[in-house]
Amino acid sequence: MTDTAVDAAVDAHDDHHPSDLFYLKIAAILALFTAFEVGTYFVEDSVPRWFLFLSLTVLMIIKFVMVAAYFMHLKYDTPWFRYLFIGGLVLAIGVYTIFFLAFDLFGLG
Amino acid sequence: MAITEDRPLALEAGAVTKVAARPLGALTRPQSDVGWASWFTTVDHKKIGIMYGVGSLFFFLFGGVEALMIRIQLAAPDGQFLSESLYNQVFTMHGVTMVFLVIMPMAAAFANYLLPLQVGARDVAFPRLNAFSFWCWLAGAIFLNTSWFLGGAPAGGWFAYAPNTSVTFAPGSGMDFYAIGLQIVGIASLVSAINLIVTVLNMRAPGMSLLKMPVLTWMLLVTQFLLLFAVPVITIALFLLTFDRSFGANFFNVEQGGSPLLWQHLFWIFGHPEVYILILPAFGIISEVIPTFSRKPIFGYPFMVGSGIAIGFMGWGVWAHHMFVSGVGEISVAAFSLSTMFIAVPTGVKILNWLATMWGGRLRFNTPMLFACGVIAMFTIGGLSGVTHAVAPSDTQQTDTYYIVAHFHYVIFGGSLLGMFSGFYFWWPKVFGYKLSEKWGKINFWLMLIGFNMTFGPMHVLGLQGMARRHQSYAKEDGFGFWNGIVSAGAFVIAFGTLAFLINIWLSARSAKRNPVEVGPDPWDARSLEWSTASPTPVHNFDVEPTVEFQDDWWHRKWGENEEGKIVRKAYPADIAQDGSATDVHLPSPSYWPLVLSLSLPVIGYSVIYTFWLMIPAGALFLAGFLGWALEPADDPEAAHGHADHGHDDDHDADASADAADEGASVG
Amino acid sequence: MADSKLSEATPAEATETVTEHTVEHGTTTGISNNKLLMWAFLGSECLLFGALISTYLLYKERFNDFAANLAPFEQDGRNIGPRFGGEDGEGVFDIPFTSISSFILLGSSLTMVLALSAIRRSEYRSFRIWTLTTAALGSVFIAGQIYEFTEFVEKGLGYSTNIFGSAFFTLTGFHGVHVSIGIVMLLATYIMHKQGRLNSDKAETVEIVGLYWHFVDVVWILIFTIVYLFPQ
Repeated sequence: MTDTAVDAAVDAHDDHHPSDLFYLKIAAILALFTAFEVGTYFVEDSVPRWFLFLSLTVLMIIKFVMVAAYFMHLKYDTPWFRYLFIGGLVLAIGVYTIFFLAFDLFGLG
Repeated sequence: MAITEDRPLALEAGAVTKVAARPLGALTRPQSDVGWASWFTTVDHKKIGIMYGVGSLFFFLFGGVEALMIRIQLAAPDGQFLSESLYNQVFTMHGVTMVFLVIMPMAAAFANYLLPLQVGARDVAFPRLNAFSFWCWLAGAIFLNTSWFLGGAPAGGWFAYAPNTSVTFAPGSGMDFYAIGLQIVGIASLVSAINLIVTVLNMRAPGMSLLKMPVLTWMLLVTQFLLLFAVPVITIALFLLTFDRSFGANFFNVEQGGSPLLWQHLFWIFGHPEVYILILPAFGIISEVIPTFSRKPIFGYPFMVGSGIAIGFMGWGVWAHHMFVSGVGEISVAAFSLSTMFIAVPTGVKILNWLATMWGGRLRFNTPMLFACGVIAMFTIGGLSGVTHAVAPSDTQQTDTYYIVAHFHYVIFGGSLLGMFSGFYFWWPKVFGYKLSEKWGKINFWLMLIGFNMTFGPMHVLGLQGMARRHQSYAKEDGFGFWNGIVSAGAFVIAFGTLAFLINIWLSARSAKRNPVEVGPDPWDARSLEWSTASPTPVHNFDVEPTVEFQDDWWHRKWGENEEGKIVRKAYPADIAQDGSATDVHLPSPSYWPLVLSLSLPVIGYSVIYTFWLMIPAGALFLAGFLGWALEPADDPEAAHGHADHGHDDDHDADASADAADEGASVG
Repeated sequence: MADSKLSEATPAEATETVTEHTVEHGTTTGISNNKLLMWAFLGSECLLFGALISTYLLYKERFNDFAANLAPFEQDGRNIGPRFGGEDGEGVFDIPFTSISSFILLGSSLTMVLALSAIRRSEYRSFRIWTLTTAALGSVFIAGQIYEFTEFVEKGLGYSTNIFGSAFFTLTGFHGVHVSIGIVMLLATYIMHKQGRLNSDKAETVEIVGLYWHFVDVVWILIFTIVYLFPQ
């Protein structure tokens, strides 16, 4: 039995079950961010586009990371899960960015 | 997952709380693992591997006949053997068959049979899911081929470029069979990939760190990751095609602004990793064969592993080299041309390592080794023509000509297929308990090698002379007649080589039955764990879970070094191999439900093509399979007392299969 | 304690009453097979939704160009897009409405994680309530989607109308199907629990369903921003 692996996993995993209050706080922050995002809709005409794009993208990423890290427990779990998920994510972003570039800038797009 | 007495009970998180032995009153799990009917309910990775092997060989004959039909048509100018419409169907199905119904399942045969053995496990992580993968594949394969009788096979090429595949230009149901058939087959691959990844990560024998795994296991692992990430992409492409054809979407409707390039990009984002999916298993196989028959360890093990991983990564960055002339633009072409040149490097590393392994070794040229050497030589040729494709200006000349056909047959046939045959000869005694005849093996090899080069060598010339692909015929004035004649003759030589293989199986099996010879656990003096147990492999694989100290651990138990550093025999296989005599090893129980669930998928497919009323029986089958799977009792209820380690075979699989089946279910 | 909907225990206290979240013995990495399966699957789903989102983005851009170039007599409803075209020239999107859907789905992620928390602490009544709530919120989301889509169709944007419609409905449709399957899985865990086959020892099943559910929520985070909120 790979006891070292078992021990490592126990240490990494054991104590970190966040309390319900913690989850509530995370959800509140997410809701706040979402409210802000929705707010951009109402000020669309008066705010420069680049700012809208930037803030929406940043918020989207933060929300994504928070749900993954806390609700999906990725922050506290074994790194294997992170590798699998982030691997897929990075690959998708990379491949589809190239795809989009091939269309947008250089192709018949 | 089985347990024996001499290690602690393996407990899943949480003991089984309640085992319903007869949840629906009538249905118990099948218990038997003998008899022909047991093959339909088996969850044993070895039986599943054998079924994949048989299936792939069957379709190899199918695809081979399709190839012969093409070659009869093209043997002379202005051939009349196949009409244009039929020719398109035949070359399309030849390609689809060989890629999805031959090479991929052949690799799956080796992966399923060997991977658990090579890591020292008793089965894969999810045995029922494994069975489901096989039946799903078979259902898709049959579904796809029923198109021949139901209005015509798909005729858009294996790559199915849109909008050529739209209803306007491809009326009839052929392309629908293509799209849905490949979806079903894709589900099989994706599910299997997850299964094998979890198996490799989680079920290795004690002491087997990742860097002690055999090269084959590593190559298969990389292949599974490629499948994991590539199959979803073609899944979407096929859905878009189906939505266009069956539900009026506009994805490839150029009039409305749809882009044919969308299809090409999505297809090839899958398609390029796919070719590495096709070749890496064969690379893994010869990485086992060559050290064994060179009586030397693989040269540069870390580099073999690293280059495999590198190929896995880099394979994602080269796809548009299939699209150099499709109008993607100069910058794309330049970028992909560059990246494609780089990807030759890790493969070159492997070739050098195989050669270095053989160098200074005491070579034995048994049939597996002949095929392995064939791979090195043929793949090198194919790789060289590949390098010429990477240079975009020259590819502009070569593309859509027979030069390309030559290239990919050299790498797929010369690389993948010859590699698989090497594997057949190598592991046949392990699987069936007798060796295939060396004499017929050599006949098989030489006929295949000569025939193969006769067939595909001249295609380089024809391509450079300008003979176009996918044309039903060519004119006398073109001057292609001579080489095409040779090519067609070569195809029949390959056919004879294949026949020699079948004869070999038949004769060897018959001879083994009449004069059974104990082939022993390790007839080749090989290196990995599967050879440390009896032949044919006992149903429970290992009596006692092996412990691993070295890479090529089995070999190290047989051979050691004396004081002068000379290699001396430590033990003989017959003395130290496990003999398979353990009787109370607990194994996952068989199950009907993977088969039932997989049957629902082609019915969904027929429903989309013909009438939505078929969704009712499809849904019923799906639900029955799903619920049956989820609710059936855990393995062997009597043995459940105190053993809680079958958790992974219980309810969770239902969730997994729901997700996995979702991609097929949402077709409708 | 068993009846409280929210536990305010600190993590240390919580672990005392929580069933020890056992590490897998018998697996080489120490992780459970099932959890590894789900994470591998989610990794592959990134490629799936990535393709759909990329197709959507590409076709939204192409549609904008396409619609802009349509002569007036060609604008037979085909030029209807998210924020332009159609009868009133305003397109079809109703951001306030969709925002509510977003909050609902986000809330369902919270209830999901509370359900998991509850079953770990053997607070079965809370578990049942939170599980059903999650399923209910998911269903409301789906209902909202269905309503939204029927509105779009009424306004003239159907699946076959133009490339924008095809891309939009395919992307959101795939997401909706994923949510629906998640609802089925949630109800399945509820039923299994009622049958006595799912207790705190088997909390991992709930965790795995939760992973899927959160992923589906995360995809919506992407869709909501990219499809609805990015300025056109």
